[in-house]
Amino acid sequence: MTTQMKEEAPLGKIIVITSGKGGVGKTTSAAAISAGLAKLGHKTVVIDFDVGLRNLDMIMGCERRVVFDFINVIQGDAKLKQALIKDKRLDTLSILPTSQTRDKDALTQEGVEAVLDELKQEFDYIICDSPAGIERGAQLAMYFADEAVVVTNPEVSSVRDSDRVLGLLASKTRRAESGSSEPVKAQVLLTRHDQGRIDRGEMMTVEDVLEILAVPLLGIIPESQAVLRASNVGTPVILDDPSNASRAYGDAVARLTGEDVEMRVGDEPKPGLFQRLFGRSA
Amino acid sequence: MSLFGFAFKPRRAKSAQTAKDRLQLLLAHERASGAPDIEFLPQLQADLLAVIRKYVKVDDDDVEVKMQREDDVSSLEINVEMPARAKDDAKAESGTGSAKKA
Repeated sequence: MTTQMKEEAPLGKIIVITSGKGGVGKTTSAAAISAGLAKLGHKTVVIDFDVGLRNLDMIMGCERRVVFDFINVIQGDAKLKQALIKDKRLDTLSILPTSQTRDKDALTQEGVEAVLDELKQEFDYIICDSPAGIERGAQLAMYFADEAVVVTNPEVSSVRDSDRVLGLLASKTRRAESGSSEPVKAQVLLTRHDQGRIDRGEMMTVEDVLEILAVPLLGIIPESQAVLRASNVGTPVILDDPSNASRAYGDAVARLTGEDVEMRVGDEPKPGLFQRLFGRSA
Repeated sequence: MSLFGFAFKPRRAKSAQTAKDRLQLLLAHERASGAPDIEFLPQLQADLLAVIRKYVKVDDDDVEVKMQREDDVSSLEINVEMPARAKDDAKAESGTGSAKKA
């Protein structure tokens, strides 16, 4: 067909949000990053790979609009177009929810590849929200990635698991296996950062974590009450009321698109007088 | 924490530093001698058995391969149990070989 091309071919970049450990903020980050990219005008889709434990739909606030899902598409029961949910706030953003009733064996490498290839024709950014762990679901979420955001808390088990995941990104992905292409570009997103605890020597610093993991830093997300508040109402934190967490995600998103944004630690406001007097003794 | 906690509790070492030190030690091992080392052990054992069998008759479980990791050195221990022979054969003792690797 030789009608004129669209203004520009879509970028079609696949970014996996992963971590190994659960509960560190993968889905929160996947929601915030995809909404942030869409807000900048990039056509973005976010896919939930956590088959059986669907949660991205709730964080995105579209849980009541799910009809078909990722697994339906892979198994040929629905067209991709039928399963994609258009975000009501941003017309550049779509969500591909996962199944709540199947399990991870319903994902096949060929099926995932076919869906991603189709999405690449239309979207600039394809964000894959990985399940916790390092098994099938997590491996398939990372397998086709061009870039990876490894969500890490400044805490020993999270850092250890992130290290493990970085090892898998460097060996068990299509880019790693092909040998000819560039490796997956992996970056750390440090979440639940608390400057107060760092000052008291109770939390590893950003530098500590980076020294251990030895990959570039995408951003520092402060521990913030805005995250729970946003998930309560089903709004990606970046679209909710301005907060230090939403600003930090905004910075991270800009860096993801190649902008050079200075790293800042935008922690939540200092504790009150009482806490400052008595909260630091131990 | 109590209001007077500072008066009674001795100053604790900064726990963040402990976390970092533990991680660095652990990950150095997991990266350098994690899965790959373990993976080749069964194959090594099979290969050793084949070589030894060229010269001596040994049973499948007479060759034992063990890997041990310590702080800055890992050791590979290979134990070969030789069959006891009739006394006209020279006394065949169990031989122990040990190879060190950084």
